[in-house]
This record gives sequence, structure tokens and C-alpha cells, in this order.
Amino acid sequence: MSDTHAESVAYVRETMLPETPPPAAETGITRWMKQNLFATVPNAVLTVAAIVVIYFLLAATLPWILNGIWNAASIRECREILDGTTGGCFAVLSDRWNQLLFGFKYPSTEYWRPALAFLLLFVAAAPVMFFKYLPRKMLLFTAVYPFLAFWLIWGGSIVPPLVLLLGFVAAYVAFKTLEKRGFGVAVLGGLGVLIVAIILAGSIGKIEVLRLEQVQSRDMGGFMLNMILGTVCISLSIPIGIALALGRQSDMPIIKWICVVFIEFIRGVPLITLLFVANVVLAYFLPPGTTFDLIIRVIIMITAFASAYIAEVIRGGLAALPRGQYEAGDSLGLDYAQAMRLIILPQALKISIPGIVNVAVGLFKDTTLVSVISMFDLVGMIRGPILASTDWNGVYWELFGFAALLFFVVCYGVSQYSQWLERELNTDHR
Amino acid sequence: MKKSVFLGALTVAGLTAGAAAAATLDDVKARGTLNCGVTTGLVGFAAPDNNGNWDGFDVGVCRAVAAAVLGDPQAVEFVPTTGKTRFTALASGEIDMLARNTTWTFSRDVDLKFEFVGVNYYDGQGFMVPKELGVSSAKDLDGATVCIQTGTTTELNLADYFRKNSMNYEPVPIETNAEAQQQYLAGACDVYTTDASGLAATRAAFEDPSAHVLLPEIVSKEPLGPLVRHGDNEWGDVVRWTLNALIAAEELGVTSANIADMASTAGDSPEINRLLGTEGNLGEMLGLEADWAVKAISAGGNYGELFEKNIGETTPIGLARGLNAQWTDGGLLYSPPFR
Amino acid sequence: MTIMTDPQQESFRPSMLLNDTRYRSYTFQFIALIVLIAIIAYLGYNLVLNLRAAGLNISYEFLGEPAGYDINQTLVDYTSRSSHLTAAIVGILNTLLVAFLACLTATIFGVIAGVLRLSNNWLVRKLMAGYVEAFRNVPVLIWIIIIFTIMTAVLPAPSAFRGDDPDSSMILGSVAFTNRGVYVPMPVWGPGSMVVVVTFILSVIGVFAYRRYAKKLLYATGKLLPMGWPSLAILFVPSILVFFIMGQPISLDFPELGGFNFRGGLQIGAPLIALWFALSIYTGAFIAENVRAGILAVSKGQTEAAASLGLRPRRIMNLVVLPQALRVIIPPLISQYLNITKNSSLAIAVGYADITATLGGITLNQTGRAIECVLLLMLFYLLISLGISAVMNLYNNAVRLKER
Repeated sequence: MSDTHAESVAYVRETMLPETPPPAAETGITRWMKQNLFATVPNAVLTVAAIVVIYFLLAATLPWILNGIWNAASIRECREILDGTTGGCFAVLSDRWNQLLFGFKYPSTEYWRPALAFLLLFVAAAPVMFFKYLPRKMLLFTAVYPFLAFWLIWGGSIVPPLVLLLGFVAAYVAFKTLEKRGFGVAVLGGLGVLIVAIILAGSIGKIEVLRLEQVQSRDMGGFMLNMILGTVCISLSIPIGIALALGRQSDMPIIKWICVVFIEFIRGVPLITLLFVANVVLAYFLPPGTTFDLIIRVIIMITAFASAYIAEVIRGGLAALPRGQYEAGDSLGLDYAQAMRLIILPQALKISIPGIVNVAVGLFKDTTLVSVISMFDLVGMIRGPILASTDWNGVYWELFGFAALLFFVVCYGVSQYSQWLERELNTDHR
Repeated sequence: MKKSVFLGALTVAGLTAGAAAAATLDDVKARGTLNCGVTTGLVGFAAPDNNGNWDGFDVGVCRAVAAAVLGDPQAVEFVPTTGKTRFTALASGEIDMLARNTTWTFSRDVDLKFEFVGVNYYDGQGFMVPKELGVSSAKDLDGATVCIQTGTTTELNLADYFRKNSMNYEPVPIETNAEAQQQYLAGACDVYTTDASGLAATRAAFEDPSAHVLLPEIVSKEPLGPLVRHGDNEWGDVVRWTLNALIAAEELGVTSANIADMASTAGDSPEINRLLGTEGNLGEMLGLEADWAVKAISAGGNYGELFEKNIGETTPIGLARGLNAQWTDGGLLYSPPFR
Repeated sequence: MTIMTDPQQESFRPSMLLNDTRYRSYTFQFIALIVLIAIIAYLGYNLVLNLRAAGLNISYEFLGEPAGYDINQTLVDYTSRSSHLTAAIVGILNTLLVAFLACLTATIFGVIAGVLRLSNNWLVRKLMAGYVEAFRNVPVLIWIIIIFTIMTAVLPAPSAFRGDDPDSSMILGSVAFTNRGVYVPMPVWGPGSMVVVVTFILSVIGVFAYRRYAKKLLYATGKLLPMGWPSLAILFVPSILVFFIMGQPISLDFPELGGFNFRGGLQIGAPLIALWFALSIYTGAFIAENVRAGILAVSKGQTEAAASLGLRPRRIMNLVVLPQALRVIIPPLISQYLNITKNSSLAIAVGYADITATLGGITLNQTGRAIECVLLLMLFYLLISLGISAVMNLYNNAVRLKER
């Protein structure tokens, strides 16, 4: 047909033109900018506004950061070196680095211990975080880690944590062997073994094996304290949260109401009032003469706080499961404990993981509130001893900027992980 | 039935625990450390240094008590407390004594059931203003914005003073000294008020201390002293007489330099001998070793030495003795006799 | 010949308490109840014992005694002679004030940032992502302190306004931004001002009535009345007329520099502003994420369906996307409001006299009544939270998809 065309219409082109490159405005960076920055007039206005904002942000901070002083003994020396020019006095960070990270009472020769515990935390957390990619056997280390970390950070003889660890293993074995005789019996048996182990661990703590210098809980401080509070409270609150969530879903009215009242009460008050309770009121509710460390009282309160929130997240997960799953469990003849353990919880927890991670991040940030009740966490160190010292009195931005950066790195990392996990677990088949 | 047995057991447990709690001295000896409540950080009075060692005037009192009771000035566990937590910490037994520039007032003594064992610093609430304001008297402060460090009697004194002189002001209560100072320096308030000693310590840390003046008015009496729980008189006596020993030592000329000599043999002065345990049995009466005062004084020196080292005129804080001189020098320090 | 259909009545055996599902739940509940009572009794007993040992008692009489301290920002009359109870009420009102203001602005920040994060402008998208991540991942306490410090350091002190050639001057001669707060003119309500106010309120009602009438007319007859300028006219013209007829009863009190501070006008204290701003910008980042998730949750088919009906983009947003997105956005939004209220308890870090700073702070310090103060404090927050939760439940029930 084409040849007829060529015969009948002389001006129709017979050959294809060579391809020309697209016009400059439609390629590369220009096109990208046109599409992404200057698509419409309001869009262009927004772009300009954004550039102005960024300029002001950079103009305010860059000279200050770039011209910063990293080496000086006091703020006066900083001021002398700067001599009127703009610049941060970051020397406070290098001077008080250890205090910011470990508090001021942790023995300086032992800093390697919390540092090592921190590194091992990643090894221990990895098999849980990337359970699809790492061998299951690594979970063994995760199970050992709490005892190892306790020994590393608090020091003392390795015997008590070891006995406790063996106690947990024994309790697990007892649970497994008794399981055939019913879940309740198995739990009781396991708990019994565990209590024996705890008593044992307490009584034979004097045996000196692999002794590390002992550090009191009240000597913990700095960012380490935030990390300890965050990890301990979150790990303790997950099982409690599960129990509370199940209790709230329970058919038994009394148990249900106990859980509801607990959860709603805790969620209804700010964490800071709970910390006040830990600090100024709790002592009145304990038997006279008992005093236990502020840090433990705070851990109790923060754990209670976190478990209420985690319970709500898990309740959401439980509610999101189709009714059929519960009915399937019943129709297989599983009892309550079996149905929960084998069918409901694995699915509900999977749905709740992103929510739990969010609560964890929020809680980790909230650990800074302990500075209000005179504990020397990272913010407490800054607001207390460092700013009160004659050397660094008046250095605010550098210190708070550093604290913000440290929290940002941790929380941003965790929340990125949570988003990755959410994609990974995405099971809604859309 | 079962429950009443349970509660009964608890009662017994509780009572024994209560009885045990009363004997603080035994507790401290058994524990081997003294739990001493201090501030979270006030330079000169109690603040941790670069290495985390607590240092300061209040800390010196704690160390002296620890030395008297346990023989070791380092056997102190310092528990930082805020204005809010200090009383509960003491009442609940978390700390054995509180040396946290706490003002001795009627209601604290009587209503809150604490026992002030003496006064280690006679203070008063003062005002600091920038020199450029040209204010020379607190009476000129009508309409000013005042930064207050909360947590002590400061707010009440301030309210009383301005009310009495029918002046107005804007209070800005701030939790920590460092933050109050930043507000003051940035001009967010015209005046900074707290105890005069605290003002001097704060001003000493300024970039240009000479640009700020302390006003002459002292608007309150602030006798600061260590305190213990009501009802444990033995322990109260130990702390009271340790403080008195420090004061008496200065009056009698016993210093950390010459104490070793003086304590080795009984000297001519009977009072020094009784104080240092070379004569009489004062230590035994307190339930301590005979040389308790020697250890207490050796810990950081006598009252005058502690003062000079931590807050005296040679330190950046630069406080004059003033009211805190010995009664023989026209001050208020007056230790009851050791006999 | 009847057949026994009922199962045979078993005689009750104690082991059935554990093994029989009919009774087991009673056993568990009974045990739980006993344990709970025992714990409460134990704690209460300890409390009594401790208080007796310390010679203290639980009493709320201190609430009636004069507080003795002054508060800088009060919504009700308060002097240092007022009672601790009044101080607590001042604190409660201040908490509610800052929470209310922060909720408003946080919503504005959040909606803007959330919508802009979905903008097709790359730079704006990234900038907003930066804002959201920076604020979400740093503790609110640190932000409050940083913003308070920035405010005091960056804004001029009142003394900068003094002299012949001052470093700073008031905007339009009536608004002053200082590091002690913002001073704005305050309306003075003269006699007859009530008439103006009532007129204005009636005008507002009038605007709504007009709009409703216009809508009805549109649906009934298809006739479109103008909306914009009549509404404005109804809103302002009567009020202005009445204002002049009554002889200008409302005047403005301008702040003036006098003595140490600005005098007159309305002062919004720096602590309030810092806390307000910090809470709203922090929570705004969370709300932005909720808004974004809400908009993304509306399936693309809805937008396309609306477009195929010939709706314009703005109408698609208003009539199709937003109503559906709101269903997703509002529940987390309300819990963010709850968070703002609870986070406002950090006012203590900037010296703002909220309930935690008055009742839980200075009053507690001065009276030493720790148990009573903390108990009242928790009760207050609990009531607020339950109130907000109740509102949330009402809303959830109202917007629940009516499934059949």
C-alpha cells in the first residue's frame, strides 16, 4: 500500500527521518526540574520558598558548625580562640565525652564493658530483627544475651546470672515435659523451677568466678542509662503487654476489668507523673525500711507504662484477625492456651510488630524524662553536672544538639527498620 | 481466717522492719557506706567534678560524718536530690542525712517531721541585676521580671517581700540554676534571685562577672543545715556533734595539718583533749570510736578550712565569712561546749 | 418411655474447679480477685505503717491554706495570698490553655506538612520529610528545651527597645516580640461593648443561615446565589455600624515600654509560647504522618471515579477524598491531642505554670504533701484523658461504616 501512496501523493516522505535528540527542556536535569520543581506557578513559588528556608537554615548553622572548636579546656578558652567569630564550642563534647555516654560515676577503666554489651546487642537483636535471613541457631545467643549483658554492665561474679540462665533452661525443660499434662500445670512447674533458680542465684552469689568490678545501678548514667532503660523496659513490657491484651479480651469479667482499669489508668496519665510516683510516693507503699534503687523503681514504672501501650497495640492485632481463626482453633479441639499459642498470637503479633516498634521508639525517647526526677541520663547529665560546672557553664546548643543527634540516629534507624519490616511482612494481598 | 494470719505476719514483719529502720547508726555501720542527699549540682556546695567525684561545702559535711562513723571519708554514697524529692528521700529512708542547702523552717521541722541538727551556712536570699540597669536597691525593682530558682523557700520570700513593699513583679520559675542563669544572661529577666551564696557562685561563672551586681538587700533568713529524720535521736546526735566538732575545731585552732600531732598525746587544753578523744569518753557516748572527731576533722579540715577550700575568698565563688565567722570574730558560729 | 436428654447431674467434686471449663473461669477470677485484694491491702497497710512511723497523715487541708507564691501567667484572679487550691486551678486552666492552643496549631502544621509531603514538588517533599523525621525522632523534652533556649537567645530583650536609637522596634508600633513574651494590644471593653459583641455573634449566625438558604435554593431551583461577598458583608457591616453607633465602646490598650518591661496590652509569656510552639511543631510531625496515611488510604479508584464524573481536582479533594480520609485521620488525631495534653506536663522545663508546675511542683515542694499532690495530679490527667477518649468513642461510633 505504501507504494501507492508514494505514487499518488508526491510530497509524502518515503524514508524515516533520523531520530533527533529530545529538546533540551525535555531531557535530563532540566526536564526533571521542570517536572519536579517548576511544574506549575504555585509549585514554583513553593520551590522558591523551600530554597529560602533551606538557605536560612544553612546560613544559621553551617558557619557555626564548620568554625567549631573541638579542642579547649573550658568555655572561656573557646571564647578566646573564637575571638568574637561565630562558631560552636564542641570541645565540651570531647572533654565530657565519657560522661555524656556513661555518666560520671561508672568506673572509667570499665568503659569497655557497656561498650561491648552495646555492640553485642546488635548481634543479639539481629536474629530477631532479620529472622528470615539469619539462621535460627543465632537465637540461642539472643537468649543468652540478657544474662551476659547484665554481667558485663553490672559486673560482679558470673555465677548468679549463670545460675539464673540455667534456671530458665531448666524451667523450659520442665515446661516441655509437663506440657502433656496441661498448660496450667506446665506453667506452674516451670515457674516453680524458676523460683528455685532465683533463690539459688541469690544465695550462691558469693562464689567468685570471672569476677568483674561491681557497679551499682545508681552509678549508671548518660546515654547508657537511656539505652538500659529503653531496652530493659521494652523487653519486659512485651510479655506483660501480651498478658494484658489477652486479659482484656478475656470472657472472665473480673480479669477483664482488672486489665481494662490498669491499661486505661496508665494510658491516662503522663509518664512524668508515674515517675513522680516512683520517686516521691512509691517509698510510702513499700514495707518500712526497704529501700531499693531509684533506677529499679523507675524501671518498674516505665515497664508498667510501656506494657499498657503495647497491650493496646496487641489488642489491635488480635481484633484484626478474622473471627474464623478463633473458630478454626476451637473446631480443632484446641484449648485456650493451645489456640492462642499456636494460632492466634503468632498471627496477631506479626500484625502488631510495626506498632510495637513505634511504641518502643516513643518509649526510648521518653526515657529522657527521668532527668526531671534527678537521674543523670543524657539530658540529666547536660542539665545537671555539665552545665553546672564552671568550665562549661553556658554551652547549650552544642550539648543539646549532640543529644538530639544521638537520639535521632537511634530512633531514625529503628523507624526505618520498622518500615522495612512492614513492607517485608506485608501480607494483605492487594 | 487465713488472711488475718497473713496480715498478722505482715504486721510483725513491718514492726521489726520499722524498729530496724529507726537505728540509722547501726544501719550505716552495717552497710559500710553513708547515703547522703545532696543537690544535683551547685558549684561550691555540691557538684561532681570531671572525674565524677563529688566536691563542695555540703559534701564536706557528708564526708566528715562518714569519717566519724565509718572511719573513711570516701565511704559516702551521694544521692542527688531535687527540691521536690529531697524530703521524701529522707523520710523514706533512702538517704540517711540530707545536706542540700536546705533552709531550717518551722514547718519543715515540726510538720514534715525532720530534725535540723544545726546550721552549716547562714544564708539569705538576695538579688542580682545587670549593672547597666542602674538599680542600686531592691526597692527599685517594681515591675521587674524575676527569675527564680524553684524548689526552696525562694518563691515564698520573694512573694512576701514584693507584697510587703507593694511592688509588682513577673516571676519566672526555673528548675535548674544553669537554665535560670541562661535566661538571666539573655535578658529574659531583669533580676535573678536565690540564696546570696548561690548568686555569688553563679556570678563567678559568668563571662564578665563585673557587669553584674548583687543588691544590698537580703530579704530573708536562710539558715542552711543538714537534717535527719525525726525520732532517731542517736543518729541525730552523731550528725549534730560532727558538725559541732568541725566548728569547735576551728575555734580551738585544730586544723587538718596539726591534728595528727594534737591527737597523738593529750595536750594542755582539756577541751581539745575531750574533742580529740585523748581524754574522756565522748566518742563512746555517741556510740563511735574515741577518735571519731579526729577522723571527721582530718577528712577535709575544720569548718574554716572547708569554707576556704570550697567557697571562700580564694575560690572563684569568693564568699566572705560574714555571718559565718566564729562568734569570737563577730559571726554566728557558736558550737556548744564539748564536755 | 421417655428418653433422657439432659446429661446426668454430676455431683460436684473439688477437682472440677480446675478441670471443668464451666468452673475453671470462676476459680481463676476468684484467685485473681484475692490476689488483687491482697496486693491492695498490703500496699495500703504499708502506707499506714509508714505514715505512722513518720508521724504524718493524709490530709487535704493544705489546699485551703495560702499558697504564698506568685504565678506569672494566670487566667483567673490569683495573688500569693490565694489558696493552694486556687493555685491548682490556675495550673489546670493553664494546662488546658496550652493544650488547646497546641492542638489547634499542631493540626495546622500537621495538615500542611502532610499534604505537602504528597506534593509533586520534589524539594518540598524532601523538606517536609526532613521536618517530620527530625521532630519525630528526637525526644520532645529536648525540643522544648532547645526551642525555649532559641527563643530567649534570638529574640531581643525589652531593653533593646529602649533609648533613642533602639536595636529593635515594635511592629506597627503595637506588637513587640521580646524574649519575655509577645506583647499585643488588648481590647478594652467599655460600657455598651456587649451590644457590639452580641451583634457580631448574631452576624455569624446570620452567615450560616444565609449559606443554608442559598444551598436550599440551589437544590430546589438550581439558582446559584453569590457566596463570598454577601457572607463577608453580613459578618462585618452590622458589627461595624453598631460599633460606631454605640460610640466606639471597644478600644485597644497598646503595650508601652515602661520601667523594666512593657506595660499594658496583653502579654503572652515566653514560656507559654515556647511550650506551645514546641508541642505543636513536635506533634505536628506526627499528625503529618497521620494525614499522609489517611490520604493514601483512600483508594485511587475513588479519585478516578470522581474524575470520570467530571469533578474538578479541588472538588475531588473536598467531596470525595477528604471525607473518606478523615475517617482514617481523626482517631489517631484525637490520640495525638491526648498526647499533647500529657506532654504539656513538661512545662516544668520552661517555667510555665501548668498543673504539674503548680500543684505537682511548688505546692508539693512547699507543703511536702507528696502523696496528696501526686494523687490529685494523676486524677486530673485521668479525667482529661477519659474525657477525650469518650469524645473519640462517640466520633468512632458516629462515622463507623454502616455495614449491612
